[in-house]
Amino acid sequence: MKILIADDNNIDRLILKKILVKSGHEVTTAVDGFEAVELFEQSEPDIVLLDALMPNMDGFQACEIIKQKSGDKLIPIIFVTSLTEASALARCLEVGGDDFLTKPYNQVILKAKLKAFERMKVLYDEVLDQRNEIRLYTDHLVQEQEVAKRVFDNIAHSGNLEQTNIQHILSPMSVFNGDLLLCAITPTGNTHIMLGDFTGHGLPAAIAVMPVADIFYGMTIKGFSIADIIAEINNRLNRILPIGVFCCATACDINYRDKSITFWSGGLPDGYIIRPNVGLVQTVISNHLPLGVLNSNSFLLDSKVFRFEEGDKLYLFSDGILEAEDPSGDMFGDQRVLELLQSKTDDNNVFEKLLEEVSSFCETDVQNDDLTLIEYTFSQSALGERSLEHSGLKDKIRPLDWSIQYELRPETLRSFDALPLVLQILTECPGLNPYRGRVFTILAELYSNALDHGVLGLDSLMKSSAEGFSDYYKLRKLKLDKLQTGYVQIKMEHIPSDIGGDLIIDVMDSGKGFDCTTDNYSGNDFSGRGIELIRSLCKSVEYYEGGSHVKVIFQWQY
Amino acid sequence: MSITTNSGSDGQLVIKILGRFDFSVHQDFKNAYESSESKNNKFEVNLSGTSYLDSSALGMLLLLRDYAGGDSSSISITNASADIKKILTISNFQQLFKID
Repeated sequence: MKILIADDNNIDRLILKKILVKSGHEVTTAVDGFEAVELFEQSEPDIVLLDALMPNMDGFQACEIIKQKSGDKLIPIIFVTSLTEASALARCLEVGGDDFLTKPYNQVILKAKLKAFERMKVLYDEVLDQRNEIRLYTDHLVQEQEVAKRVFDNIAHSGNLEQTNIQHILSPMSVFNGDLLLCAITPTGNTHIMLGDFTGHGLPAAIAVMPVADIFYGMTIKGFSIADIIAEINNRLNRILPIGVFCCATACDINYRDKSITFWSGGLPDGYIIRPNVGLVQTVISNHLPLGVLNSNSFLLDSKVFRFEEGDKLYLFSDGILEAEDPSGDMFGDQRVLELLQSKTDDNNVFEKLLEEVSSFCETDVQNDDLTLIEYTFSQSALGERSLEHSGLKDKIRPLDWSIQYELRPETLRSFDALPLVLQILTECPGLNPYRGRVFTILAELYSNALDHGVLGLDSLMKSSAEGFSDYYKLRKLKLDKLQTGYVQIKMEHIPSDIGGDLIIDVMDSGKGFDCTTDNYSGNDFSGRGIELIRSLCKSVEYYEGGSHVKVIFQWQY
Repeated sequence: MSITTNSGSDGQLVIKILGRFDFSVHQDFKNAYESSESKNNKFEVNLSGTSYLDSSALGMLLLLRDYAGGDSSSISITNASADIKKILTISNFQQLFKID
C-alpha cells in the first residue's frame, strides 16, 4: 500500500517510516499538516497516518481537508498521537478520522490495524465500482427509453388531439404509457377517438400500443368505419398478445352531419355524455370483452349510436382516475366523478377541476396507475379549423381517362363497407388526391342516401327526435340483416381537361326514389339527405327516375 | 399462503384467494391450478376472502381458462363481493366464466 505519514517529530517519523517500509509499503512523509495536504494529491496514498499536534496545520484540520479531497473514495485516516484524554481521542474521530493509535504504539497492533483497513478498502472499492456500474447502466437505460419514447410518441400520439374542443391528459406511471389515446379525422370529417388501457404498465404494456395506433390511424385515413377498425385491432392483438394480456378500450365515431356518436366499448369504466344545462344524458357502458381476448370468430362488433350535438361533452377515462386512492386506501370512484361533472355543467373548466379534485383526494404525488382522461366537446366551429384536405400538392401527373362501375348486392351491403375500396381507386389518380376529403364526402352522402333511403326505405324524418334517433339505427340494422334483394350501383367516370378534370359519380339504387321535383331544398326531407352539402361541393347534381338515380359532376383543378 | 386449494363437491378444484388478488399472487395462483390432480378440468375460483382484484388478476383468470381448455373449459367464479363483481362485469367476463 501507499501510505502518507505526517509527524513533526523527526525521530517518530523515521521510526514509523522504517517499520512500514519493512512491511513492504511505499511511504511518503510530511513534517506538518500543511505539507500532508499538499503531498496527499501528489502521492495518492491508500492510507494516511497523522500526528494530532503539529505546527502550521494540526492533524485535525489536515484530516478534514484530506477527507474532503477524498470525495467518494475511502482513504482511511489513522491518528498516531501522544494525546490520551478521551475527549481528544474522540475528536480524532469527530473530524473524520477512522481510528487512532496512542503513542507509544505496539508494532503488532499497528500492522494488524493496517491489514484490517486494507480489507475494508477492498470491500469498499468493490461496492463503489458496482454502484458506479449500476448508475451508468441506469443512466444508459433511461437515455435509451427517452429515445424510444420519442419514437413511440410519434407513432402513438400523431393524431388530432390538439384541437380546441379537446382536453386530455395522459399521465403515465413510468416512462412508457400502457394507456393510449388516439384521435383522427376521417376523410368525411367525422372524428374517431379511441381510449385504451393495456394490462400492466411500462414497456411491456406500451409495446402493443404501437400496432394499435398504426391500425387506427391507417384505417381511419383510408375511410374505414370505426367497427372495421376495432375488429382489425382486436384480431391483431389476439394474435400478438400472450394470453392474459389485453386492452380495455372504448372507441367512438363522432358524426357532425348526423349529430351522432357511435360507440364500441369493452372493459373500460363508464363514459359520460353531459349536455349543457341538462346534465348527464347518456352513460356509455362497456358491453364487450376487452380487445385481444376473443378471436375473430367470436368477436362481437355491435355498437351503440347516441345523439351528440352542439355543446355536448363526452368524457372517457381509464380506471386510473376512478382507482386513485387517498392515504387510507379509499378510491375516488365513479360517484365522485359523476357528481363533479354534473354539478359543473355550465362551467368550462370541469376538466381542470376534476384533475384538481383527484390530486387533492390522493394527497400524494405517487401515482399508482397510468391515468388518462379526455373531454371532447361537440363544436361546429372547431370543425371549421380542421382542413379536410392536404393543400399544396400540385401533382402534374394527370389521372387517365377512365370509368368504373361497381354494383353492391345484399350480401355485400350487409357486411362490407365498400367506400374505402372505392376511395382507394380514386387515390390512384394523384391529381385527385388533394380533393380526397371532398370526394369522399360526396361519395359517402350519395352511398348512404342510396342505401338508407333507397334500398332500405328509411325515412330521415325519424331522426329528428331523440328516441326516433336510436329507433332509426335499430330499424336500419334490422332491415339490413333481413335484406334479400336490392342493390346500389356506383359508376364513376373521369374526363381530364387542360386545367384539371371532371369526376362524374353516378349512383343508382333499387329503391322507390323520393320527390325530387321541387326546387325547395330546405325541406326536412332534403336536408336529411345532405343534398345541400352535395350541391355545395359539386358543379352539378341531377336526379333521375324519381330520385333513385343521381348523377353529380365534381370539377377539380390543378 | 394467501391461496389455498381443495376439492369441491362436483369434483372441481376450488381455488380460494385471500386478500388482494393481484400480480403478487401470480406464481401461487399458477401453481395452484397446474399442480391440481383435477382430471375433468373443472375449476371454481372462490373469491369470498378476496378484498381487491385488478387487471392482472383478470389476466390470470384468462390464463386459467386457457389452461382448462379455452372455450371448452368449465370455470365458475363464486362469492365475489359487489365491488369485485362490478370489475368482472365491466370487462364482460360473464361471457367467458360462470359468475355467481
